[in-house]
Amino acid sequence: MVRLFGPLVGLFFAVALLWSFGNGAYVAITEPAAPTAEHEFHLHPKEVHFASDGAFGKFDKAQLQRGFQVYKEVCSTCHSLKHVAFRDLAALGYSEAEVKAIAKEWGTKQPTFDPKSGERGERDNIPSDYFPTVYYAGQGNPPDLSLITKARHDGGAYVHSLLTGYQEQPAELLKKFPDAKTPDGLYYNPYFANLNLAMPAPLTGDGQVTYSDGTKATVDQMATDVSAFLIWTAEPKLDKRKQTGWAVLGFLLVATVLAYLAKKNVWADKKGE
Amino acid sequence: MAEQASIDTSAQAEEGVRRRDFINIAAVSFAGVGGAAVLVPLVSQMAPSADVLAQSSTEIDISAIQPGQAIKAVFRKQPVFIRNLTPEEIAAAEKVDVSSLRDPQSLEERTKEGKTNWLITMGVCTHLGCVPLGAGEGEVKGEFGGYFCPCHGSSYDTAARIRKGPAPKNLEVPEYAFTSDTVVKIG
Amino acid sequence: MSFPWANEYKPANGLTQWLDEKLPLPRFVYNAVGAGYPVPRNLNYMWNFGVLAGFCLVLQIVTGVILAMHYAANAGVAFDSVEHIMRDVNWGWMLRYAHANGASAFFVVVYLHIFRGFFYSSYKAPREMIWLLGVVIFLLMMATAFMGYVLPWGQMSFWGAKVITGLFGAIPVVGEPLQVWLLGGYAPDNAALNRFFSLHFLLPFVIAGVIILHIWALHIPGSSNPTGVEVKSESDTVPFHPYYTAKDGFGLGVFLLIYCAVLFFAPNMLGHPDNYIPANPLSTPAHIVPEWYFWPFYAILRAFTADFFFIPAKLMGVLAMFSAILVWFFLPWLDTSPVRSGHYRPLFRKFFWILLIDVAVLGYCGGAPAAEPYVMISQIASMYYFLHFLVILPLVSSIEKPEPLPFSITEAVLGKDESAVLNANPAAA
Repeated sequence: MVRLFGPLVGLFFAVALLWSFGNGAYVAITEPAAPTAEHEFHLHPKEVHFASDGAFGKFDKAQLQRGFQVYKEVCSTCHSLKHVAFRDLAALGYSEAEVKAIAKEWGTKQPTFDPKSGERGERDNIPSDYFPTVYYAGQGNPPDLSLITKARHDGGAYVHSLLTGYQEQPAELLKKFPDAKTPDGLYYNPYFANLNLAMPAPLTGDGQVTYSDGTKATVDQMATDVSAFLIWTAEPKLDKRKQTGWAVLGFLLVATVLAYLAKKNVWADKKGE
Repeated sequence: MAEQASIDTSAQAEEGVRRRDFINIAAVSFAGVGGAAVLVPLVSQMAPSADVLAQSSTEIDISAIQPGQAIKAVFRKQPVFIRNLTPEEIAAAEKVDVSSLRDPQSLEERTKEGKTNWLITMGVCTHLGCVPLGAGEGEVKGEFGGYFCPCHGSSYDTAARIRKGPAPKNLEVPEYAFTSDTVVKIG
Repeated sequence: MSFPWANEYKPANGLTQWLDEKLPLPRFVYNAVGAGYPVPRNLNYMWNFGVLAGFCLVLQIVTGVILAMHYAANAGVAFDSVEHIMRDVNWGWMLRYAHANGASAFFVVVYLHIFRGFFYSSYKAPREMIWLLGVVIFLLMMATAFMGYVLPWGQMSFWGAKVITGLFGAIPVVGEPLQVWLLGGYAPDNAALNRFFSLHFLLPFVIAGVIILHIWALHIPGSSNPTGVEVKSESDTVPFHPYYTAKDGFGLGVFLLIYCAVLFFAPNMLGHPDNYIPANPLSTPAHIVPEWYFWPFYAILRAFTADFFFIPAKLMGVLAMFSAILVWFFLPWLDTSPVRSGHYRPLFRKFFWILLIDVAVLGYCGGAPAAEPYVMISQIASMYYFLHFLVILPLVSSIEKPEPLPFSITEAVLGKDESAVLNANPAAA
């Protein structure tokens, strides 16, 4: 039975696939897919090196603090950071008192609601609070940045490239795709998936923030610092993860070698292993 | 192989066996140590997480509490009673002979120096963990004018000491400090 | 089963003696995976993956039960609760990465186990039942993995749930009501998330049950071996313990090294970035893909792009995708060659390697965007997939001339014994 019906079923699927293949080939020849501006002008993120890269990479706390400063002074007016709590900033090297002060002075206050009176209000943030959500009424939907570097391919480099990638729309693009002109209110950026985004270039010039550690705040420096900070917000346990990883791998290596020797011992009297 | 082994001198063979045993034992012990090490994260994941620990201290503004009033605040997800004692209540508490108490403690021992009127205790009955009445407006304060636990009838006095009923201890005084005249930090 | 020469369990002391009389659990273990189970002496490292698959199941159950202590199966907070695990729960990041990558490791190991079965025809009599139960385990694993991937409630979770339940909508007449029933709504939401969580928790224990049957069925004929020649005498076997426990211990070490390297140094390598974006029912990701272990089947699903007579393309795709696995159930009766091992089947061996490449190509196309040339390549590759199992295998088994088999396992290991009188295959030594 199986030997009779099996080949029939197999041929049935094969013929159906051949039919789909023929249809697809016909369409591909008669109506070849038109090239799109996204396809031809979208760029992959630049090569950017971060201190946290690689198996031995660790966060550079000074850089994270600078990145936090850029987030605070530039990004935080539109972008939330809701999975991060103020207390987490201690990992950047801030003292308990500093964390408390940062929370207290944070521009967006913590909303409060009195379930008895129904009154809504706000209060200062405290270290155990998460960064309060920022509401944005303008064009576009600024994404929450907590996980942004894990939510994009090559996240850190992507953020850096996007921040430094704003430019005039190339004349070549307009010549080839006249319909793809950047609409009013959007900005051209080849690192963005569909080339046009609602966010204007946030880092506009050198010295936009003043670093307290004396680092020169070039646009590239600020972009790298804030990207490093966002790598941290997405994966705050990265240092501990790699540290644990080396200990585990070291242990396993010894254990595996021992297991191999033990296996050889056990099999010593049996040939043909 | 088997024939070869029998030709070996017994001492050599024994040494070979011992070396083999050592490696086998080492391999098994390593596996055991590894298995035990894995238990650490599996057990410690049940301990309070970072967000819970972050809320292990609370700051409370007490400026609005008038003498004779009390509030219920939340500390580590449990009620804490903050009571501004009246001079009469203080006098009533001080009048009691400490040695006659089930859990002998004076009001001074249960409050901060110079702040005897601020009685800060957990709102958790030491019997079986119910929340006693007496902190809210109009609640029964029991026959000793402090707190009264409705579950099994424990009565506490104005220093929140156990006076009657099954509870073994006075209401617990949490660790706290006045960060200013109007703010108290518990925990 | 046991061969007559299997070691017999002997209680070592009074306590085990007493236990053996009341509840002979030590005896059971001794006969199942101890010194009481004689196993062919010539198993190669491809025979390590059964034990490793069992290890993966335990790993997934342990980490999964722990994650369930912290996870909240509610569409409003599921995503946040996963981040809570990653950031605040003690060792939570490690436990979650261990579970997410554990699923991938489980599939790697099981795919190797299955392809071992293909090459050495482990499905042939008298081991058909082991194979059938194995396919059932694989189907349950796929269901479990799919539902688990929905739980973090990211973009891929949501759209994966929508697309896969949408497949049921292709069934004529009952399809759409069935889809609504499965989801408990018109799109994935709280109801779907909760039932997926419940079933994701339940199914691993069902898998564990079927694994017990799988091993039970294995112990009746005993393990297969690389020559495909059945065990004939005591010299063909060694006791499972200590020989194969030692070998599996080493295999486990190598497995853990690779698994932990991924877990600690590239934990998101096999995941998709879009799943770190919270589920948004109003915006579809540019490119929906399932996890890598579904890619070959996903490619088959998408290969059907044109209606075939009265059968809509979508239904054809769904039928083909499920048939791609169901066909494995018939394997013992499709491949009728009396020779088991691919080592002695020259023609079969060639087609086996083509199948392996074909599945890899299907996998690549399944992970690629639904555009040319990937669709056309996956159409050709899917065609080969079905022809391989349903046409080529039966054909090869009837026309192929197998190479000479060794007389016994012992001969295969130690070389031919010239003085032996019995010799089924007088081949040049």
